[in-house]
Amino acid sequence: MPRVVVDVMLKPEILDPQGSAIAGALPRLGFSGVTSVRQGKRFELELDGELTAERLAAVDEAARTLLSNPVIEDYVVHTDAEATA
Amino acid sequence: MRIGVVTFPGSLDDGDARRAVRVAGAEPVALWHGDADLRGVDAVVLPGGFSYGDYLRCGAIARFAPVMGEVVRAAGQGLPVLGICNGFQILCEAHLLPGALIRNDVRRFVCKDQRLRIESSATAWTAGYSDGQEIVVPLKNGEGGFVASDAVLDELEGEGRVVARYLGDNPNGSYRDIAGIASADGRVVGLMPHPEHAVETLTGPSTDGLPFFTSVLTSLVAA
Repeated sequence: MPRVVVDVMLKPEILDPQGSAIAGALPRLGFSGVTSVRQGKRFELELDGELTAERLAAVDEAARTLLSNPVIEDYVVHTDAEATA
Repeated sequence: MRIGVVTFPGSLDDGDARRAVRVAGAEPVALWHGDADLRGVDAVVLPGGFSYGDYLRCGAIARFAPVMGEVVRAAGQGLPVLGICNGFQILCEAHLLPGALIRNDVRRFVCKDQRLRIESSATAWTAGYSDGQEIVVPLKNGEGGFVASDAVLDELEGEGRVVARYLGDNPNGSYRDIAGIASADGRVVGLMPHPEHAVETLTGPSTDGLPFFTSVLTSLVAA
């Protein structure tokens, strides 16, 4: 069963309050030297049948329209082979 | 005059929005997210809350609800639409309004009575205010930070499409203190604070929110 992974990250210029909160907590746990944390999202899509170019294009469309908001986020689509490599 | 209020799974303020419509003198019509039907209403309010649990992003899943296809189509033909809080987020996700709403820079859910300045009375939903009028209505959000590119922000300001701005401390980090914006034709308005909670002194800090709901009646008569 082919699997496609979509990673979504806030664009670099958009403030990430979640990441900032995590960055603030790390030193309290003894992790020092972390200057910045950005939190993103990972989607794992399992597809039935073959992973064709058309289906990959459809996943890309879903990533662009639903899984990410292009106003504030960037996304990357990985196929299973890449994701597990 | 019939004004529809859409209920999504997770909507919280649909009841208050319907009451505000009634207090304003119109007939509220309950619309259901799963129905691709606006029941012939003259305007639509997308209420606050947490549609579809706000999973994925605020308003992202609601944007694809059957009723939203009709709202987008009708808005294109001039139907007045007001999105409040979660409704504002849905309007941005549906691309009826530019920009996006992100988590508050203060990293907290903010709930307070908020002072606003009405920047434009040239919209279907703010015609009953005067430009520069200061009002107080409740604000309650966790993801109310309005963001957009500088080019979009300049365009909004240049075209007089900033509808309301925060006065005093910016509660959520919204760019240029923007609390609400309008579409180019002034018929679609998104607002983060809640005018529907300020239409009766018994339950709100003021009745300053009422003109949002009376304005559209005048606008509809004029149209």
